[in-house]
Amino acid sequence: MLKDGRFGAYGGAYVPEILMPALEALEAAFLDAQTDEAFQAELAELLAKYAGRPTPLTRCRNFGAGKARIYLKREDLLHGGAHKTNQVLGQAMLAKRMGKTRLIAETGAGQHGVATALAGAIFGLETRIYMGAHDVERQHLNVFRMRLMGAEVIPVTSGGQGLKDAVNEALRDWTASFADTHYLLGTVAGPHPFPLMVREYQRVIGKEARAQILEEEGRLPDAAIACVGGGSNAIGLFADFIEDADVRLIGVEAAGKGLDGNEHGATLLRGRPGVLHGAETYVLQDGDGQISESWSVSAGLDYPAVGPEHAFLKDSGRAEYVGVTDREALDAFALLARSEGIICAFESAHALAHALKLADEVDLIVVNLSGRGDKDVAQAEALL
Amino acid sequence: MKRCAAMFAREPGVFGAFVMLGDPDLATSAAILEQLVAGGADMLELGIPFSDPVADGPVIQAAAERALRAGTTPDDCFALLAAFRARHADTPVGILTYANLVLGGGRDHFYRRAAAAGVDNVLVADVPLFEAAPYAAAARAHGVDPVLIAAANTPPERLREIAALGGSYTYCVARAGVTGTGETVRFEHAGMLAALRAAGAPPPVFGFGISQPDHVRAALAAGAAGAISGSAIVARVAAGQPVADFVAAMKAATIP
Repeated sequence: MLKDGRFGAYGGAYVPEILMPALEALEAAFLDAQTDEAFQAELAELLAKYAGRPTPLTRCRNFGAGKARIYLKREDLLHGGAHKTNQVLGQAMLAKRMGKTRLIAETGAGQHGVATALAGAIFGLETRIYMGAHDVERQHLNVFRMRLMGAEVIPVTSGGQGLKDAVNEALRDWTASFADTHYLLGTVAGPHPFPLMVREYQRVIGKEARAQILEEEGRLPDAAIACVGGGSNAIGLFADFIEDADVRLIGVEAAGKGLDGNEHGATLLRGRPGVLHGAETYVLQDGDGQISESWSVSAGLDYPAVGPEHAFLKDSGRAEYVGVTDREALDAFALLARSEGIICAFESAHALAHALKLADEVDLIVVNLSGRGDKDVAQAEALL
Repeated sequence: MKRCAAMFAREPGVFGAFVMLGDPDLATSAAILEQLVAGGADMLELGIPFSDPVADGPVIQAAAERALRAGTTPDDCFALLAAFRARHADTPVGILTYANLVLGGGRDHFYRRAAAAGVDNVLVADVPLFEAAPYAAAARAHGVDPVLIAAANTPPERLREIAALGGSYTYCVARAGVTGTGETVRFEHAGMLAALRAAGAPPPVFGFGISQPDHVRAALAAGAAGAISGSAIVARVAAGQPVADFVAAMKAATIP
């Protein structure tokens, strides 16, 4: 490896030895492509003309009763329906560059699976998506979208049949298939270089949002808020604000049915450092180190680990992490629909719910609306 | 002489047996360890069950699930290991587990307990050389050997470091993928074995996919000091079948 892949004490590459050459090849390809003008030009063109960047920064006209002006970074309008498309295009281009013919990926809510499926379609790569059987059930619309775009969806029946188990299965596949297959990991978790690489491909969110809020308001926001499952949309929003010490960076974890119980996905708030899925990071676990099952109404936040850079940002105090319950998120989801005519993903609704809480405290808030909610409407109908 | 070194000095070909501790429950597991020894296993590699074993295929995943469902904890495993050591003073015993269980109660604490239970070595499946230094140091501090993994695609300079850092034996991955049976195993590892030998590495022992006596013969013919079988034994445990006869057949294949 050219870099140690560490964010303070967190990160690294905890994988079977046989995968190390694949990670090294990926790191080299990524670093090389970062300074390759032709690669960057092709990626920029895809982001603009295929995916629809830049996405708007929308000022809420009605949402939020407090004093704060709330702006939404509209990743829900990105092609594919979520911020995931930003980084799958970069990784799929790297896969081609490395001569791979096949993509594998894990997915929780199905958003990353959909994004990987579309990248596979564009680049002519055979695509297999691992998805927890429980998530296949609650996100069947996305399962159908993936299959429409030619991806094979494999329901994973081990463990809690969720995102964690889908990652396990994808890693197992990769230990056998790395010669011709790229593991297109969906978030800023996993072994080095994924947390670094996915952050760089998602950085565009915050880069645009920063310029747009300066254009609209002539100043930086008081707070930038995003939901955190693995943490890619949050890192994408935060990355270009990290040097702006006056901007509060707030990551919102799934408090599920409440932080006092065991049914939540609040890894940074209730976990402790450990190793899962290739990285040293906060993990929900018991006293022995067995991984706990997480819970969230939103499949994308239902994950017992978190990207290692978030662990570092928490310990260093640069970012704050809070929890929002299923109920609060559903209320925010419904309120946004009624007040702004926007149906957002359950994941993003967690960030919105915290913006509502903060609206009396600060004046100017940017919320990353990381995905649209079509996938969640059937579940919402049953829950609301 | 340390137990592993004595074993390699004595046996021209070593057969190692893997099972999951606590599978299907602690009492049965203790009896299975006795069967492995009675069948002629030269050394034991014993899993401490982890909830998310990413290096394992379906057979060993299921074993970990059975053990965890029966309530097996790392403490139970160390007690089982200590009881085994009290009965068998000379059989080399290794632990095979995952990083989060080593870190769970503190890395130092884990290796101290391993040493107290009479464990000779510990292999952590998701700790490659890149992350191995603090694990190896903690192991050595308690007189436990760190076992490192080498694969056919591991570059020569890294094999040299693996040779220098590891102890007891070098776990050589016979094929890509996760643990399991059913695939053909081809030993095309001449370069890796030569590099390990040149670097003075602990004796190379093949694992992954070793499920028939012919695999053991092929591994030894390729230049290994031994072979470890896991999934093929664990599948018999899952079916409630005795394992001693299978172990005896595999051990017999080590004798020219």
